[in-house]
Amino acid sequence: MLLIVCPYCGERPEIEFSYGGEAHLVRPKDPASLGDAEWADYLYARSNPKGVHAERWRHTHGCARFFNALRDTLSDRFLATYRIGEQRPDLA
Amino acid sequence: MSANFRTAEDGRIDRSRPLGFRFDERSYQGFPGDTLASALLANGVHLVGRSFKYHRPRGILSAGADEPNALVAVRRDEARYTPNLRATQVELYQGLSAESQNRSPSLAFDIGAVNDRLSRFFPAGFYYKTFMWPRKAWERWYEPWIRAMAGLGRAPTLPDPDRYANRFAHCDVLVVGAGPAGLAAALSAAEAGARVILCDEQAEFGGSLLAESDATIEGKPAATWLAETVALLALKPRVTLLPRTTAFGYFAYNMVGLAERLTEHLAEPDPALPRERLWQVRAREVVLAAGAIERPLVFPGNDRPGVMLADATRTYLNRYGVKCGSRAVVVTAHDAAYRAALELHRAGVAIAAIADLRTAANGPLPEAARAAGLPVRPATTITGTGGRLRVTAASLAPLAAESDRRGAEPLTCDLVLMSGGFTPSVHLFSQSRGKLRFDGELAAYVPGHSVQQERSAGACRGVFGLAAALADGAAAGEAAARAAGFSAARARSFACHASGFGTGGIRSVLPNAHGAKAFVDFQNDVTADDLVLATREGFHSIEHVKRYTTTGMATDQGKTSNMNALGIVSEALGKPIPEIGLTTFRMPYTPVSFGILAGPSRDELFDPVRTTPIHDWATAHGAVFEDVGQWKRARYFPAPGEDMERAVARECRAVRQSTGIFDASTLGKIEVVGPDAVEFMNRIYVNAWSRLGAGRCRYGLVLREDGFIADDGVVGRLAENRFHVTTTTGGATRVLAQMEDYLQTEWPELEVWLTSVTEQWAVIAVQGPRSRAVLEGLVEGIDIASRAMPHMSVAEGRIRGVPTRLFRVSYTGELGFEVNVPADYGRAVWEEIFEAGQPHGITPYGTETMHVLRAEKGYIVVGQETDGTATPDDVGLTWAVGKTKPDFVGKRSLARPAMRAPGRKQLVGLLTEDPHFLLEEGAQILAAPNQKAPTKPLGHVTSSYRSATLGRTIALAMIAGGRDRMGEMLYVTTAERPVPAKVTSPVFYDPEGARLDAA
Repeated sequence: MLLIVCPYCGERPEIEFSYGGEAHLVRPKDPASLGDAEWADYLYARSNPKGVHAERWRHTHGCARFFNALRDTLSDRFLATYRIGEQRPDLA
Repeated sequence: MSANFRTAEDGRIDRSRPLGFRFDERSYQGFPGDTLASALLANGVHLVGRSFKYHRPRGILSAGADEPNALVAVRRDEARYTPNLRATQVELYQGLSAESQNRSPSLAFDIGAVNDRLSRFFPAGFYYKTFMWPRKAWERWYEPWIRAMAGLGRAPTLPDPDRYANRFAHCDVLVVGAGPAGLAAALSAAEAGARVILCDEQAEFGGSLLAESDATIEGKPAATWLAETVALLALKPRVTLLPRTTAFGYFAYNMVGLAERLTEHLAEPDPALPRERLWQVRAREVVLAAGAIERPLVFPGNDRPGVMLADATRTYLNRYGVKCGSRAVVVTAHDAAYRAALELHRAGVAIAAIADLRTAANGPLPEAARAAGLPVRPATTITGTGGRLRVTAASLAPLAAESDRRGAEPLTCDLVLMSGGFTPSVHLFSQSRGKLRFDGELAAYVPGHSVQQERSAGACRGVFGLAAALADGAAAGEAAARAAGFSAARARSFACHASGFGTGGIRSVLPNAHGAKAFVDFQNDVTADDLVLATREGFHSIEHVKRYTTTGMATDQGKTSNMNALGIVSEALGKPIPEIGLTTFRMPYTPVSFGILAGPSRDELFDPVRTTPIHDWATAHGAVFEDVGQWKRARYFPAPGEDMERAVARECRAVRQSTGIFDASTLGKIEVVGPDAVEFMNRIYVNAWSRLGAGRCRYGLVLREDGFIADDGVVGRLAENRFHVTTTTGGATRVLAQMEDYLQTEWPELEVWLTSVTEQWAVIAVQGPRSRAVLEGLVEGIDIASRAMPHMSVAEGRIRGVPTRLFRVSYTGELGFEVNVPADYGRAVWEEIFEAGQPHGITPYGTETMHVLRAEKGYIVVGQETDGTATPDDVGLTWAVGKTKPDFVGKRSLARPAMRAPGRKQLVGLLTEDPHFLLEEGAQILAAPNQKAPTKPLGHVTSSYRSATLGRTIALAMIAGGRDRMGEMLYVTTAERPVPAKVTSPVFYDPEGARLDAA
């Protein structure tokens, strides 16, 4: 079971969290101005990297807050977690 | 049985208390401290099972978790019948009853043994080659036959009556394995101040120390040092000792699963005790001290009962006081077998010969054997064994004569000791996803690069011998404690005297083994020839060889067979072992019960049950309940003698003609509050909320961003900045999660607070033309006259002093109210209303009636009419969509071409030609009655009921282009034949809505 650091609550076991898909996908301010292809891209296209992936998690059974995480999809290790609105941390 | 192979003294058994036990209907005697295997061997019983495929007689091979042959079932009663246990791990207790498996009619005479004679017809991949056709025969004949012939034990036929516990634990250092290395590690870590958990799969701590005869540690006999060390650890408050506890799985972030067995060894278990306990241990650091597993030799007839691992016979002798035979032939490629031979010799077992596969045998142990007068034969191999149900002879031949079997000399014996060396037990390390490294000198895989916070110590990383294991364990314990943040006072060292362990080993088939049954994997009956055949047929990756031959795929996961299989494939392909690759070690290390994994999550605790405040009233009034998610909802209230159909018809008539009362408390409720509440509602819902005045309600529809309907429910605006949102019973969590998602991540600037109030409010629906009359006398502070409180309005007041949010809404099409009161008052208010309704004939109704009434009105149920691909327009709800809003969740998607394409499925009504024929929900709809398969259906039935009000059946359906098909006759599939039904409006009753105000 993964151990996830909620930026608000600290280290908690995976069962308290739910996964929220890829992070940093910003909902367009004016969706009506987007073409069908652009909108479909926002809706459905997701990256699927082998390696570092920025993704959303929610501490559903804790503080209930969403946050972002960098996880290595190869090793399944969390490299960083950070609050919504914060910049993606530079791991280098 | 008269045979007695028990020594006169010694061993760790309690000879003062004989225990009676049964194996296959025969009674035997053993002692506390015995395993079933040691007790059987003490009685001279070697034959304990039949093999998986060929039904060959099999005996006890090992003394531990690696046992591939001696699988037995232990039966306390039919509900506590446990199959496939390793006899080497079953602790003996008074009255234990065990039986052998995979034999018929008896172990000694098994008709399945004919498979052995036919074995040349069952080569590797036999199943894949033979059972290809005809296809149907697989289910009817092949599979049942294979299942009956091959296999393991049977499952118990009664539910498990026992209790299983579950525990989470944390520690600084978890030590797996309490042999010398593990004990030393635990001691070091504990002395550094770390919180330690030490677990071992056996009943007693000690590992190899339990089988030591003459070793001393710090000047004391090994057994004394062991007892003192365990006592010392037990006294330390920060140390938890877990015997009978198998570390079966190593998971992410240093979580290790432990299976603790609490009652399996007891003759009369305390019913208050759980049978097993699952420990989920999160350790800062882990020390793996899992030991090593002795390798069998691969030669013809190596599976005959009486052929045993050399070191196992030493364990039986020293730990259990059991001589595994009276005359032994020893075959070895490792010095350790000499130690076993010497100790057996001292105990009075005749050693007929020691055949050493190596050209020279000159270490201290072989020299000691020679000095003791044992016949050591270097450069000698074994070419076969004789005997039927027990070995009676072993044939030895000089290695030089390997091409010529005539040189073989048969020696009479009742025991063959074999040793191919030792394989480090790297299972848990591998499960931790650490990288294994092939050690050329040891010719074994050992732990390489770690990816978790763990380290291996002792034999499981190839450090052999007592003194080395103790030192290695102490160092590992100290390093683990330091890594966990404790500074060790000193590195411990142990003065130790033990007979050496020696060197050597082989991992392949012996000379002369081809062309005869030389078993590699005993449990799955895989021979050396099977593996060679697989390589000839083109399987060159070990993963493919494994799947094709099933080597290493039995319940023992190849503990004894993997290295030999690798060696054989390596030779056959002419590649070194590291280039062959390695199969994955998977959890569990040894099988764990379903019970321990389920833990308390069974029966009524399997899933939470949610009940409403009115639940007990409904129970008392005879309600029949249905499950809706985790909720129990009253489905209908049958009067004496009524079935569901009649009860629902009566309830429906009552609502349409007078009034009904319905528990709607399960509806999801969310309070949306804040200065930006209306803006937030505008963005989340398709509806326009800005112009909805306080005190008014609106039917709300939520889409997902992809434009499909997510949920619906009535929303009341209580004040400028406060909305009382309702959702479907099943959608409450999802809607709140979607709201939170947008609020937290997309629009954090909005000042809005969301609170789930589902369980704070009890909801009592009072529906029907008399509903106002029923409530009139009860409501305080609200004018519920039609003028003051029209349809779709909400007001706050009291009912008999209880604060109330009163909604005038209708999910039935009749004049109706929904009374919201704090949950704690739900039952009292319900009873007040029920009492006040008596003169009006108020009738409690359930979800089934609610469904019929809403279907008569064409109101959808999200998840029944919709399936995640329905747009508002598909279900006729375009009117709800705010046309002038610039944006809301899902709006842009509704403009995509596919969402507006003609021919989308649309909600319509269906009336069968036969007014009493009830369609099946989910039934497919066809354009013509006799279409040939395959046909593309036009749609499907989503709801179907008998309407008492209309005196006929009605149905709702989603049909391609349905709204343009009004009046068309379509055909609906049934089990017999398609039946005709006419497409109609989905509103069957009161299309003008006049009933909403009919009092």
